[in-house]
Amino acid sequence: MMLDTATTRTAPSRTAPIFELIEVEKVFQVRPPGRRFTREKVGLRALDGVRLSVEKGASLALVGESGSGKSTLLRMVAGLDAPSGGRALYHGRPIREVRAEGPGFARDVAMVYQDARGSLDPRMTVGALIAEPLRHFGIVPKAQEETRVGELLERVGLPADAAKRYPSGLSGGQVRRVAIARALASEPSVLVADEAVSGLDVSTQAQLLTLLRKLQQEMGITLVFITHDLGVASYLCEQIAIMYLGRIVETGPTDAVLNAPAHPYAAALRGAAPRFFEPIPEPLPGEIPSPLDLPKGCRFSTRCPMAQDDCRTRDPQLGTLGAGRAVACLHPLAPSDT
Amino acid sequence: MSAEATNAPAPATLPPAGPAPQAQSRKRRSIFVRRPFFTVALVIAAAYLLAAAFAPHVAPYDPVLQSMDAMMQPPSGAHPLGTDSYGQDILSRVIFGARYALVIGIFSVLIGAAGGLVIGLAAGLSGGWVEWALMRLIDSILALPSLILAVAFIAILGQGVDKVVIAVGLSMVGPFSRTVRADVMQVKVQGFVEAAHLMSIPSLQVIRRHILPNVIFPLAVQVTIRISEAILVSSSLSFLGIGVTPPTPDWGLMIAEGRDFVSFAPWMSAMPGFALALLLIALSIVGDGIREEYDPKSRRGA
Repeated sequence: MMLDTATTRTAPSRTAPIFELIEVEKVFQVRPPGRRFTREKVGLRALDGVRLSVEKGASLALVGESGSGKSTLLRMVAGLDAPSGGRALYHGRPIREVRAEGPGFARDVAMVYQDARGSLDPRMTVGALIAEPLRHFGIVPKAQEETRVGELLERVGLPADAAKRYPSGLSGGQVRRVAIARALASEPSVLVADEAVSGLDVSTQAQLLTLLRKLQQEMGITLVFITHDLGVASYLCEQIAIMYLGRIVETGPTDAVLNAPAHPYAAALRGAAPRFFEPIPEPLPGEIPSPLDLPKGCRFSTRCPMAQDDCRTRDPQLGTLGAGRAVACLHPLAPSDT
Repeated sequence: MSAEATNAPAPATLPPAGPAPQAQSRKRRSIFVRRPFFTVALVIAAAYLLAAAFAPHVAPYDPVLQSMDAMMQPPSGAHPLGTDSYGQDILSRVIFGARYALVIGIFSVLIGAAGGLVIGLAAGLSGGWVEWALMRLIDSILALPSLILAVAFIAILGQGVDKVVIAVGLSMVGPFSRTVRADVMQVKVQGFVEAAHLMSIPSLQVIRRHILPNVIFPLAVQVTIRISEAILVSSSLSFLGIGVTPPTPDWGLMIAEGRDFVSFAPWMSAMPGFALALLLIALSIVGDGIREEYDPKSRRGA
């Protein structure tokens, strides 16, 4: 009996996911391609049956090609878009509902945009930009605003006098830091980042990654991170979710998934990453198919080097595979295949 | 006197700009050095402003004082720009005319800009049928040249300086709303607006804090450029005899009055015409200079 209550008390705090996506779908109504003068709309499935749960303190990397639905998923997690089907939950309640209730969700879930420069008002100084969330959420009294801005700037490795400058006068790396400082200003428990470090030079990237990792480990921030770079994913995130055409094809602990990918697409991504002193292996043939015209059966079957007959007729669902891993493949690779 | 007013500010502005390149050669050179035409135009426009502000002190005669002894005199020592058919001193009338030109120009543009800001913001932010209705309204206003539109408003409102200000202002609402709407459409899809919404900042606050500042500035630049257009339209109204009523010293009116005597007393039309042309050229150079200097698109690269 004692044991029972103990487990029920600790269980929700440890395993209750912050975010839970259940069979989430997102369909955009678009004009059919190539036909400009029509009012007819067709549904574009940007997300199709995504199941994902993010636990408190977790760090999750979303990896996949352009057009695989990573950003759509992130926008949904941030509450910017509503799912067209399925349920997107935050602490067990629909995200849009929680967001509509007040600034609590907005304070708790901060986002770093892919286009960091575009996400900063060009007519505000860096100081004013960082002070805006401080003031909006009432984080510190007005008198301490300036010192807090200084602290935040210092935390992301910018000099305090950067507060007086405008984003137009900062370099790409500095602008990302400002965006991160701004996201951290509201003292969020979840940081959602869309390619926060891509396109930066290597040393800046390393600094930002160290910073994010420190934040994640020291402050227990939950991190959902989109990236193209598997190296970044393995450094920063314990969990990885590999997306293909609006669906998660493989998830699990980053190291396990990257060392022994079970889905042929994950294996292909792993293989396509350049390594020192080695030729780049044969890239994946072809382009990602249009989400307007999904292949029959497994959606990866058109490009899969190991596709078999039943792959073209049956659509595999995400099924568990060993410890904490799941894969959506009819013929998952055995660890020895890679 | 007017010549003195033109020259007086020039030494005051130029010397600090002169040694500036040496002192701050590492920084950007002063705008006054980089754009000599802008500086000259600014000095001329400032001179007009000063002349208009201190017209009673600057003008040698009363602008509406008629004199039978001094009718249609060519420019001379007593009357530097000559006199008109009523013996009124043209220089004094030109100086007082600057008052009317600038007041009408500035206030009508402010009316136009305010109306354009409201309609443009409403159209740009609302979308849907509200936007459609507002833009068709603007299109119908834009279909007519501003002069024709101003004539129509004068026909409704009647004559007089205040009526001219309103008529010219209303006729400029159309172009202003177009530019404001275009700017709003451009700004509202940018990342920082969405980021503000994501931060759950209320919409009105987002508009006030993030959209307005990014729209107001291009609008302010438009205002400086369009003042000259407003002055031209108001002078045209007076020239047509439906704007300001005589004996008000208005340039357009003076040009119209001198028209009948142009073959033997050309100064009567030429002097106010010259004053008008000089002011318009100066204002458009100043407006262009400000636009090029502070355009966020070009500034971003700097």
